[in-house]
Amino acid sequence: MIYLQLFYEYFKVGLFSIGGGMATIPFLYDMANKTGWFTEAQVTDMLAVSESTPGPIGVNMATYVGFTTAGILGALVATVGLVLPSVIIVILVARALQQFRHNRYVEAAFYGLRPASTGLIAAAGVTVVLKSLIQMDLYRATGALADLFHWRAIALALVVLVFTNWVKATKNWHPIVFIGISALAGIVFHMAGV
Amino acid sequence: MRKLWDLFWTFAKIGVMTFGGGAAMLPILQRELQQKRGWVSEEELMDYYAIGQCTPGIIAVNTATFVGCKLGGTLGGAVATAGIVFPSLVIIMVLAGVITNFAHLAWVQNAFAGIRACVCVQIFNAVRKLAKKAVTDGWTMFLFLVVFVVSVFTDVSPVLFVVLAALAGLAIQCARVKQGGAEV
Repeated sequence: MIYLQLFYEYFKVGLFSIGGGMATIPFLYDMANKTGWFTEAQVTDMLAVSESTPGPIGVNMATYVGFTTAGILGALVATVGLVLPSVIIVILVARALQQFRHNRYVEAAFYGLRPASTGLIAAAGVTVVLKSLIQMDLYRATGALADLFHWRAIALALVVLVFTNWVKATKNWHPIVFIGISALAGIVFHMAGV
Repeated sequence: MRKLWDLFWTFAKIGVMTFGGGAAMLPILQRELQQKRGWVSEEELMDYYAIGQCTPGIIAVNTATFVGCKLGGTLGGAVATAGIVFPSLVIIMVLAGVITNFAHLAWVQNAFAGIRACVCVQIFNAVRKLAKKAVTDGWTMFLFLVVFVVSVFTDVSPVLFVVLAALAGLAIQCARVKQGGAEV
């Protein structure tokens, strides 16, 4: 039965992908080859849609695959399958943590964990910078140094940087406001070049 | 009941406002959970993030489960997770049903080029805030730099960093206690 199969496949993805949404992608290629539910080319399309819609990318991908394969119920089943293993594991960890929260060994471990966690997030930020402010492909194609930088995107980023940090009237605005304005700026200035 | 509804609604809102995965969600989490509602402290958010990196599954979902669990026990964890997943389910199903090549539309691509530029800055701001709390002395600075540089230039799994950093934290603090320094 397709629903059980979807659930099982996604339960496995949820259980074995460590490190976030992007970590599920290799599993999807594998699933495409094994089940024939969708093609590898479709995975690329689904990834594009998942990146261009709100919500965690991994969840978007699961919903998309489930929906394409078996309709609304398929979308539900795949998503539940994906999150179930982590929900169970995190709840167990959270309970244990609540008990040992003020244990001095746990606190010592977190003393080391916090800067590492910050470093990982900063590294994820670099990935976003490479994707949005730098045009590696264009630079490789043309060899012109000016093409390495996406000037309009960099200008927008600088404006956002100033308004979120140093302008008193706007720096406490909700992050989503800046996202909305940036989306509009992207459309007005044809930021993707299309 | 009221509290569970609050949890569901808050995380559904966070789900709608997140563009681009785990790290992009952080500024929204800081605003909604810490500054606006005071449900978690900045340190707790960081801890959940660290653990979310090394437990299986999507980081955003893991963080939601963690916060929900802290506020409303096991049921709270389940409800917060349902909340963060809910908008994705609705939005993707609507889009996939109506237009299959949504991502190829010119205005969508342009809008997202703008959003990504904005998300860069928001992640930078979030990291700056976290670093103030996490990087408090030479050792934590060292750990931050090593993890940052190595994970930018290699594909080493975050799990390894998290495990090693926790061990390093234990070793550093234990050494301090032995030296007769400040009690941990």
